[in-house]
Amino acid sequence: MAIGIGHFLSVGAILFTLGVFGIFLNRKNVIIIMMSIELMLLAVNLNLVAFSSFHGDLVGQVFAMFVLTVAAAEAAIGLAILVIYFRNRGTIAVEDVNLMKG
Amino acid sequence: MDPHALPALLPALPELWLCGAALALLMIGVFGGDRSTRPLCYLAIAALLVTFVLLLLGPEGRTVTFSGMFVVDPFGVFTKGLVLIGAMLAIVLSLGYIRHEGMERFEFPVLIVLATVGMLLMISANDLIALYLGLEMQSLALYVIAAFRRDSLRSTEAGLKYFVLGALASGMLLYGASLVYGFTGTTSFEDIARAVSVPGATDALGTLVGLVFILAGLAFKVSAVPFHMWTPDVYEGAPTPVTALFAVAPKVAAIGLFLRVMLEPFAALAGDWQQVIVVISIASMVLGALAAIRQTSIKRLMAYSSIGHMGYALIGLAAGSAEGVRGVLIYLAIYVVMNVGTFAVILCMRRGQGMVEDITELAGLSRTHPMLALAMTVFMFSLAGVPPLAGFFGKLYVFMAAIHAELYGLAVVGVVASVVGAYYYVRIVKLMYFDAPTDAFERPIRGEMAAVLVATGVLTALFFVYPAPLLAGAATAAAALVP
Repeated sequence: MAIGIGHFLSVGAILFTLGVFGIFLNRKNVIIIMMSIELMLLAVNLNLVAFSSFHGDLVGQVFAMFVLTVAAAEAAIGLAILVIYFRNRGTIAVEDVNLMKG
Repeated sequence: MDPHALPALLPALPELWLCGAALALLMIGVFGGDRSTRPLCYLAIAALLVTFVLLLLGPEGRTVTFSGMFVVDPFGVFTKGLVLIGAMLAIVLSLGYIRHEGMERFEFPVLIVLATVGMLLMISANDLIALYLGLEMQSLALYVIAAFRRDSLRSTEAGLKYFVLGALASGMLLYGASLVYGFTGTTSFEDIARAVSVPGATDALGTLVGLVFILAGLAFKVSAVPFHMWTPDVYEGAPTPVTALFAVAPKVAAIGLFLRVMLEPFAALAGDWQQVIVVISIASMVLGALAAIRQTSIKRLMAYSSIGHMGYALIGLAAGSAEGVRGVLIYLAIYVVMNVGTFAVILCMRRGQGMVEDITELAGLSRTHPMLALAMTVFMFSLAGVPPLAGFFGKLYVFMAAIHAELYGLAVVGVVASVVGAYYYVRIVKLMYFDAPTDAFERPIRGEMAAVLVATGVLTALFFVYPAPLLAGAATAAAALVP
């Protein structure tokens, strides 16, 4: 069976859904949320690269490069915020992030 | 055209100048240390002012550069002008705060300038890649600013929440962008517009799913219901001048981007996205009106108030006409003025040890600070939409646009929500004028704070005397977006 664009998109959709559920269902650790965010961005990259090869143009791959770069910056900032939060709170359990109830 | 030629840089001069200025400010900060925070704030305001002038001197009409990724048009100039004014005033408001609260770190003005560059870029985006990069540049700087008081648990928690939910929204937007790219085969707004306007295209469904994801991401950035959960917490936790910044500049930029994305590339799908906008607009207005009633913190109250106001602004987008866009732009301009004024009053709420944020602290303000109470009254009545104050006209124009677009239900819900919302604004006025006074706030009110209060108060109260320049500017800007 040939692997077509549909298969790539399915994998992308599954990874993306896993990422979203990882953010909402996870009750343990903020680090897991960071990993879920990365998972979402990777799903997007997979989509972009698959479409790029399907259309035969490079825009999707260029886009994927930008996404990778921004994702790295985002992870750096997220972890930095997490570190200062940990210094103040002494824990990074998700259920303890509740000083303000919104 | 030679693909290796340097793109025309002149149309992007304001952004390039501000980028350069941000780096120069960073250098001054690095070598000068935290002592240079105050001069850096003044320099940042000056840099934003120069950007504002460059913006007004920019090309007239529509210019596209950077291989069609960057567009300059009257709509962009109007929105960018508002963003720059909002950012400038936010820095002015923070001058006193950073001194009193020990927040004198030089990164603060630099980060605001960098976030502003991101906002300008996203307003000018004419391509999904440019959109994403502008949005992220703004968001990454704002995450850090929200957590800027790194010794405060509240501020860091606000930063953490803003980061997690902001990253989720970016992910959704990006997933939508990837689907739109895949199903239309392009990321350029003009080409997307061409691709979706072909009737009966077989891949229309895929584009539509992508559009919904993009819509969700953008709705998050403007904090429209059901993507508003972060707003109250971030507003409450972030340092107050940062909250003032969040309430104006990023909101204006995000609504500008929202308008451009919906009305330029996806104009042909208006029938599909219109229903979604109507629903989130109604939900935002209703939640903004009801949830604010039981708030005790003035910052949380302003958060729900801003959710409601974004709902009103989205009415104009739902109308989808040039009149609607004009209404949104007028609304945003007035919203910026009212909100900056209100936050100036909130920043005056300090006694001996520090800031107070409870609404009841305002009791009897009319006897201890009559002028401050008068200004707050003007802002509260204007936010509630009482004629003849500016806020009334903002609402009037979006409601008119909705009625002309035959969205009667939306206009009715809007009016009802603004009546319900008036309750909590008027309650503050009642507290100030009829309740027993508490201790007076710290005196004297700083000079720049008084200047901002007078300027915004006069603009809000006397807008109806000479509204022509704003109306004309908004009409030109709207005509650029919706021909």
